[in-house]
Amino acid sequence: MPEGKLCNKQTVDTKEQLNALLADKSGKQYYQELKALDVDGDALWATLQKTCKSRLRTWLEICAHCGMCADSCYFYLANNKDPKQVPSYKIQSTLGELVKRKGQVDAAFMEHVMDVAWSQCSCCNRCGMYCPFGIDMGVMFGYLRGLCFSQGFVPWELKIGSGMHRIYRAQMDVTTEDWVETCEWMVEEYEDDWPKLEIPVDKPNADFIYTVNAREVKHYPEDLAEAAILFHIAGENWTVPSEGWEETSLAMFAGDWAACKMQVESVYDAMDRLKPKRMVVTECGHAYRATVIEGPYWAGLKNGQTPVESIHYVEWVAEALRSGKLKIDPSKRIKEPVTYQDSCNYIRNAGLKESAREIMSHIAEDFIEMKPCKEHNFCCGGGGGLNGIGRYREQRNIGLKVKRDQILATGAKLVVAPCHNCWDAIRDLEEIFHIGIRWSFLKPLLLKMVEVPEHLKPEE
Amino acid sequence: MYAFVTGPLAWLSFGIFFVGILVRIVIYIRGLNWQMDRVAYQAFPAAGIRGAVRSVVYWLLPYGTHSWRYYPFFTLLVFVFHICLLVTPVFLLGHNLLLQERWGFSLWTLPEGVADGMTVALIIAGVFILLRRIALPEVRILTKPYDILVLVIAVAPFVTGFCAYHQLGNYDAWLIAHILSGELMLVAIPLTKLSHFALFFLSRIQLGMDFGIKRGGMKNKGMAW
Repeated sequence: MPEGKLCNKQTVDTKEQLNALLADKSGKQYYQELKALDVDGDALWATLQKTCKSRLRTWLEICAHCGMCADSCYFYLANNKDPKQVPSYKIQSTLGELVKRKGQVDAAFMEHVMDVAWSQCSCCNRCGMYCPFGIDMGVMFGYLRGLCFSQGFVPWELKIGSGMHRIYRAQMDVTTEDWVETCEWMVEEYEDDWPKLEIPVDKPNADFIYTVNAREVKHYPEDLAEAAILFHIAGENWTVPSEGWEETSLAMFAGDWAACKMQVESVYDAMDRLKPKRMVVTECGHAYRATVIEGPYWAGLKNGQTPVESIHYVEWVAEALRSGKLKIDPSKRIKEPVTYQDSCNYIRNAGLKESAREIMSHIAEDFIEMKPCKEHNFCCGGGGGLNGIGRYREQRNIGLKVKRDQILATGAKLVVAPCHNCWDAIRDLEEIFHIGIRWSFLKPLLLKMVEVPEHLKPEE
Repeated sequence: MYAFVTGPLAWLSFGIFFVGILVRIVIYIRGLNWQMDRVAYQAFPAAGIRGAVRSVVYWLLPYGTHSWRYYPFFTLLVFVFHICLLVTPVFLLGHNLLLQERWGFSLWTLPEGVADGMTVALIIAGVFILLRRIALPEVRILTKPYDILVLVIAVAPFVTGFCAYHQLGNYDAWLIAHILSGELMLVAIPLTKLSHFALFFLSRIQLGMDFGIKRGGMKNKGMAW
């Protein structure tokens, strides 16, 4: 059975494997090997029989082929209503065919399935809200990605990403030492301006542990500092775990369910170890989805809940503003028209639309909703791992048009985007289309407008 | 012939219909799995029930959801088609006379003119649904012969019933065709995608519980379908 050196059915569990993959620039050799990768049809069929049950089978079977999902899909809209972008068509021609052919398919077909599963669906789950039968094709594509992964048909970056989680329990090669050092470094950087600022590591029984996106640690450490300063101003009793600090899951985007489990268990272990009352997750959508919404199921927690209550950063901010822990200086509120990017992962798929509105009511004087908004909002165009896959850059960029037009229609020049993928996608759409907008996470905006209690100000 | 199709064949088709539907429901529920579906079905009954009820009720209301409102004309076709399909045969005078004769009871009945109008409305809706399938590229690409066949199976009892009632041509032949097509539909319900007769509810309940329990239902007033 031909297996590539880089592209194969093996999971990436060692640094040697990982480095070999990373050395293959843009996955050139990887994708070449993918074309010759053998498909284990019997294994695929066995998995389908075991896991494609009631819900998925019924969805495949009763789909009335009515096309009501068409306009719900931003890919369909952005591609001039190409019928091949109708969600039902996309899933029936991939997962539907796999089931019909009892898994007996060839590499060319699987490559096509991979392309559809990662470049024509960002698993935003919007179609599920527009189907009368409640057929959620985002869920189905998530499942399909798992099948693809099990056969080695996965975009190069996500094979690497899932390997990172397996090796580092983080989406990037950030070790425990790197992480703890970054925390210390940020305190040193900012303690002159913020006396007694701290980022407590592994403090037991805190009111909450704060967990992040590895990208913040590696590329935007000031985000961590901003979080710490805001917690400091709010007088929070908080901590970060030295291990189990990473919330994200490229493994979820990759469909590597075993790695998903390893990743979230590292966070749940931190909860067990440090016994915080709650967990607060940084401004990331998929991280919250992975660790708080889906994670308990991967870890086998029967009530579907994380070991301690977990809230998203927007919930913490809304709470802090409501309780007065954070006070906004009225003269510093955002005066210009401003809009808010509802992240699919924590708005549509986790119900936090009201927290976002509550925050905007405190910080903005001219808040303009996108249309549609809240749980009906369109994906930014970069979700589901799409931002990070070079092979599908062109498809991703076409998809961005829907978000571009939504933002333009609001007339706002500032977009609040408390989600890493949304933030990236909106940055990229500005780079591509030059519509003259700015975009921001909440933390830097809040820092500019919160009132700082006298006793926290540095002595002159 | 009449005795056969209204006797043993009727028993058989009603039997397949009822048993088949029951089997579909049982298989569906047994195949659910909290961990694989990633929904803690039993952990939060109140949130689950609330999510399920919302998910079914809003979708049963004409124009009750964003999606129904987004496609106003198709929504009209869908509701006319389904309401006529379910109401007309059950409350038809002729059917209830038969029920009275065989079983000694009958239901409230529709005035004959209304039933006739509903039959025509269903046929017209069916024709438009078919035309839409052919005319719209996004629906055409999904359409398979099977979809047309299922539509024909659903509409046939109404066309034949209409012809028999109005005695167009050979009454006896239309009557037999009507009974056979009705029986075909009964059998087809559990065996084809007409199983959405029951699975619509199960699928909506499932997704409603998913959103109600896991995906935000416990954090807000519930999904704004």
